[in-house]
Amino acid sequence: MAGHSTWPEWIYVGVIVALMFWVGAEAWNVERLVEHVPADAEVIKVTGAQWYWQFEHEDGTKEVGTLHVEAGKAYKFEIHSIDVNHSFNIHDYVVLMDAIPGRVNTVWFAPDKAGEHDIQCREYCGLIHYNMRGKLVVEEPST
Amino acid sequence: MVLELQKPRPIWQIMFSTHHTDVGLLYLIMSIAFLFLGGALALLIRAELFLPGSQLIADSMTFNRIFTVHGTTLIFLFLLPSASAVGNYFVPIMVRYKDMAYPKLNAIAFWMIPPGGALIWLGFADFTWYATPPYSIISAPGPAADMWIFGLKILGISSVLGAINFVVTILKCKHPDMSIGQVPLLAWSFLSSSLIVLVAIPTFAAALLMLLTDRLGVTGFFNPAMGGDPIAYAHLFWFTFHPEVYVLVIPAIGMMYEIIPRFSRRPIFSKGSGIFAFVLLSIVGFSSWAHHMYATGMTFTEKTVFMIGTLAAVPASGMHVFNFIATMWNSRIKFATPMMWAIGGIALFFSAGAGGVANAAMPLDFTTHDTYWVVGHFHLFVMGTIAFGTIGYIYYMFPYVTGRLYNETMGKVHFVLSFIGTILVFFTQHVLGLYGMPRRIFDYPAIPEWIAMNQIATVGAMIIGVSMVIFLINLIHSSAKGKPADIHDPFNLGGQYYYPFESKNPHH
Ligand code: HEM
Ligand SMILES: [Cu+2]
Ligand SMILES: [Cu+2]
Repeated sequence: MAGHSTWPEWIYVGVIVALMFWVGAEAWNVERLVEHVPADAEVIKVTGAQWYWQFEHEDGTKEVGTLHVEAGKAYKFEIHSIDVNHSFNIHDYVVLMDAIPGRVNTVWFAPDKAGEHDIQCREYCGLIHYNMRGKLVVEEPST
Repeated sequence: MVLELQKPRPIWQIMFSTHHTDVGLLYLIMSIAFLFLGGALALLIRAELFLPGSQLIADSMTFNRIFTVHGTTLIFLFLLPSASAVGNYFVPIMVRYKDMAYPKLNAIAFWMIPPGGALIWLGFADFTWYATPPYSIISAPGPAADMWIFGLKILGISSVLGAINFVVTILKCKHPDMSIGQVPLLAWSFLSSSLIVLVAIPTFAAALLMLLTDRLGVTGFFNPAMGGDPIAYAHLFWFTFHPEVYVLVIPAIGMMYEIIPRFSRRPIFSKGSGIFAFVLLSIVGFSSWAHHMYATGMTFTEKTVFMIGTLAAVPASGMHVFNFIATMWNSRIKFATPMMWAIGGIALFFSAGAGGVANAAMPLDFTTHDTYWVVGHFHLFVMGTIAFGTIGYIYYMFPYVTGRLYNETMGKVHFVLSFIGTILVFFTQHVLGLYGMPRRIFDYPAIPEWIAMNQIATVGAMIIGVSMVIFLINLIHSSAKGKPADIHDPFNLGGQYYYPFESKNPHH
């Protein structure tokens, strides 16, 4: 339009575009790193069901609601659901992955020190979704 | 002349009319009614979450039904119809045509909404506003779920009919002397959002039918037990509903394009860039839908593609903000009620967008996804930006509709309370999300930070509630008893700042 200069707008748009490039590049890089599963990660099978979590360790032991792991080890969760969608979440470790019937999704984490953390469901799954909670117990390394 | 409510007509004359301002008035009244109904549900939700444990809602099933109907109502029965109200009033006038292109179709599109709304309210489904399978197939109780599906089907068709009407009115019926570049930005916003509707809605319309037949057990598109895939539904749903968020926001931005220059007493800084940003947004808006699905197990590459698609839409939104600020810069602003809502809306639009960028950045989304952060994010848009723009515009068009002035003090009090309330509720919800509270939960463990933030949010919601009561009283009282407006310059801006009154179309 006539009567005013447009260069401030070009600079402004340029700054936004540059910012978005920066956010995108950082996000791409970080996500690439966090998705790289260590080769020695132990597999834990996670099953979501209305309205509880069930865990199966590599050695075949099963737990319901509470999951025991050791500090200093890497774990890979293989997550699925037997009924509706859920989302497996350990917020303190930024572990989040949907549990979807008919699929197995994976995500990994490596707890660094002993302690207790909440496990919860973060995808709406009906009546008791609000209380589909569990506990993660990180124990001192056994050796 | 203009003064609809000053020259009383029997209500049935308005109801059976196909004249664009009558249909616009019906849209307006109905959408405000649903704003209050949906808002009441929001207050129930907030009251329930004030403390852990059950407060005033007996069980989680009722709670789940309440937030489902709350969301469905405010999106489909408040935001969309209130935009149609404004569009109906002003688009024909702005393109200098005597009515909408298809007046009867226009009335039909409106009259589909009450039955659609009734199905949703009488059913009171519990499967959230996205009705995700397999929950919606195997778990959600009927007939509520089926009524919701039919209700949305009807509302979807109504949207499509409305969109066709806007597109044809603007492109085919505009005055022959008027070039497309001369069409005002508000009308451009309806053109862009209507084109998005036409491309986006059919996908969800198909998904709804598939969902229905899945529920009936005759198909298994989304039912893993029958070999289907729930993720397919998520794609179809978000292919429609990510663009749909632009359908909601673009008209509100269009309304700000009316208000800001008028009350700055200056033409818009750059009309060209406004048009460009509308068109760009309605195209790029289609490249980001799966940013809602990062945690469904998409591959790294898929996530990257949708992140780029999402970030690509940001400059277009930013251009509007620039345009507004540049228009207001060093101008003689009159801070009347509509202007305050518009400026507040822009400020919240900016904050909401910043939160959106965080969601879009893949690793961050694993912190925010499906927590209260997301609730805060989109409410800053739907309430802070879209409802703010729309409410500001309702004040702005009030003299045009009624021939009277609203009460300015009450309008300002309404704004100040709503603005404070919105910040209290939705900024707090962002933080609450970072502390990990999932959305859509009826009860929560007694974590001190969660309790504190829920209480702040509840207080904020009550403040908004009070402000809306003031709004309602102002509307009702002023339309009957308000001071008669100087219809050429009701806001005392001096000069030709109001829309062209004489162009009001006579009833036919
Ligand atoms: C323009 C107006 C906007 C509106 C009306 C809007 C609306 C919404 C809605 C309704 C949701 C949540 C849907 C749900 O789960 O129920 C949402 C989520 C999201 N929005 Fe926006 N949004 C807007 C702009 C943006 C912008 C500018 C960005 C990014 C640059 C963005 C990024 C996201 C992302 C990534 C999510 C997914 C978050 C998650 O579920 O983890 N949005 N938005
Ligand atoms: Cu759940
Ligand atoms: Cu989106």
